[in-house]
Amino acid sequence: MAWLELLSDYTFQNVVIGASLLGLISGPLGCFAVLRRQSLLGDAISHAALPGICLSFIITGSRDIGGIIIGSLITGSAAALIMLMLTRLSRLKTDAGLGACLSIFFAVGIVLLTYIQGTNNASQGGLEAFLFGQAAATLRSDLWVMGSITLVTLLLLAAFWKQAKLVTFDAEYARTLGMPTTVIEASLTAMVALAVVVGLQMVGVILMAAMIVAPAAAARQWSRHLGGMLTIAAGVGIVSGVSGATISTLSRGLATGPLIVLTATAIVLISLALAPGRGLLWGMIKHYRQKSALQQQQLLYALYKHSADPSRASPTLGSRRMFHKLKQQGYLTRSLRGATPSDDGWGLTAQGQAEARRVVAAFEELAS
Amino acid sequence: MMAELLTTTALPIMLVGAMVGIASSAVGTFLVLRGNSMLSDAISHSIVFGIVIVWLLTKQQSGPVQLIGAALTGLLTVLLTEALASTKRVKQDTAIGLVFPALFSIGVLLLNIYANDVHIDTHTVLLGEIGFVWLDTLDIFGLPIPQALVSMSVMTVLNYAFIGLFYKELKLATFDPALAKTFGFMPSILFYVLLMLTSSTAVAAFDAVGAVLFIAFAIVPASAAYLLTDRLWMMFIIGALISIASSISGYYLAVYLNVSIGGMMAVMTGVFLILAFLAGPRYGVITQLVKRQRARQAPMEPPPSI
Repeated sequence: MAWLELLSDYTFQNVVIGASLLGLISGPLGCFAVLRRQSLLGDAISHAALPGICLSFIITGSRDIGGIIIGSLITGSAAALIMLMLTRLSRLKTDAGLGACLSIFFAVGIVLLTYIQGTNNASQGGLEAFLFGQAAATLRSDLWVMGSITLVTLLLLAAFWKQAKLVTFDAEYARTLGMPTTVIEASLTAMVALAVVVGLQMVGVILMAAMIVAPAAAARQWSRHLGGMLTIAAGVGIVSGVSGATISTLSRGLATGPLIVLTATAIVLISLALAPGRGLLWGMIKHYRQKSALQQQQLLYALYKHSADPSRASPTLGSRRMFHKLKQQGYLTRSLRGATPSDDGWGLTAQGQAEARRVVAAFEELAS
Repeated sequence: MMAELLTTTALPIMLVGAMVGIASSAVGTFLVLRGNSMLSDAISHSIVFGIVIVWLLTKQQSGPVQLIGAALTGLLTVLLTEALASTKRVKQDTAIGLVFPALFSIGVLLLNIYANDVHIDTHTVLLGEIGFVWLDTLDIFGLPIPQALVSMSVMTVLNYAFIGLFYKELKLATFDPALAKTFGFMPSILFYVLLMLTSSTAVAAFDAVGAVLFIAFAIVPASAAYLLTDRLWMMFIIGALISIASSISGYYLAVYLNVSIGGMMAVMTGVFLILAFLAGPRYGVITQLVKRQRARQAPMEPPPSI
């Protein structure tokens, strides 16, 4: 009963639509960021959105989402630009540039936030929600803005698909083709700032980094193609967004951002373990199978080579389980009593002989 | 006289700010040099998880237990990151971006759940309350010393003791890890200890400046110092001087503008970084421009006769 009630709940509808939009934009753009080894740039850009939010509030005097989006876009891009300048024009490395920009912009944001609080403007109450996200405060009008940004971004991505793809995987080649690689790279980074903006209301500036990284990292495990990866990332983003937001709405009092992030992280862990082909679990099973197949072959080889001298073909060659396994496969027989005391009766069947000859031939071919 | 100074609020706040900077930039210097600055970001976020867990287990919100808990959390963060990266399924930076938001999220949710029992709220997590450090004092030799100042001093001493004791090893491990390894200096162990100290420093600084501003104190003065000198020992001195200057100027600016003191101190470290970036005597952008201009104008020297 609670579910039906929930589905018709106005706030809940807003939350679900907002979370889906967030997943839809952050997943695909996160893929480009992750593939271009800029996972942490999203972190810097999202922290740098805070001064933009505060500035727009100071200028417009309200929590108008249009102003907030423009403000955070400007400061987010400024942070990315300054980061590039710091690393290109000085000997600071990328990590130091990122860390410095992230923390300084955030500090400016905190200073502005406390400045606004000092002015005692009555409508400033919602600003701190942007730190951790407050999905329940999403308005229908916010959704229209978020939706338009998502749509425009995805259309842009579709229009410049080939260029974005080439720059991501082989920037050198793109440059020799005469593509404006710097422009494309800068736009891909600016689009990450757009994704951050859409997520501000949902997960907040602190955790937006995870929404860039996690869906992309999960999707990478399931697909070897960029298109597939983007689609899956969008799906992962939507699923984690909606389920995190739902739990948050149902529980009342638990912050939305952390719940969405933890859901996304859980999906990443599942993908790492279970994705076909790349999954760690399959890798482990494959490794185990190969290992035991090799040991069986070694055992057959040894039995075959030493069949003239049965005393050396004792079970110490392999585990008892392996002897029985080979017997099940019909390669070994066991007479109840061996010819000599040290021989406990294991011998190759005709089928085993044939298999052993094949293994020997394969071994010798490898050795030559 | 001394007691009088400490009972006013300005000096303790500035002292704590300066000590946060001095202790953090000591470890931050190595992070910047090794190209691991973003680990300070990861650590400063995930200690929120550590602080809540230690609090749930021991009901202690500060003190030695928290410092040790933090060291372990920092280690956990780094080990988890490395474990993820070692699966070869995700890259190092992606691994960092996966681990710390997850730990931070768990920490924030636990804070949400136990919000009524613990007085660290999510607001403190981010901002710290350096303006109130003088409220919480310990009596030492009859003087009321702010507790934050005591814990920051302890961390400063610990950090510099470690750096002083293993100066040669750390230096080699930073600039030539391969050679350090062949000498048997165990660069990775040194690095883990350094990261544990970073986490403990982050927790000690946590009450004063919060999780995110700690990154500024750890990375920014060290980065500015890196742009000003080629000597490792000089980086520590410059880092400390910038911390002190940021703390004093940040305090007065914050009081003047009525804004967050910790935030303003962090902003000031950024101002010094930009100054170093633009006007540094050797690597500054302006110096480079002037040098290039001079080289262009200098008369071409005739090629040496053969």
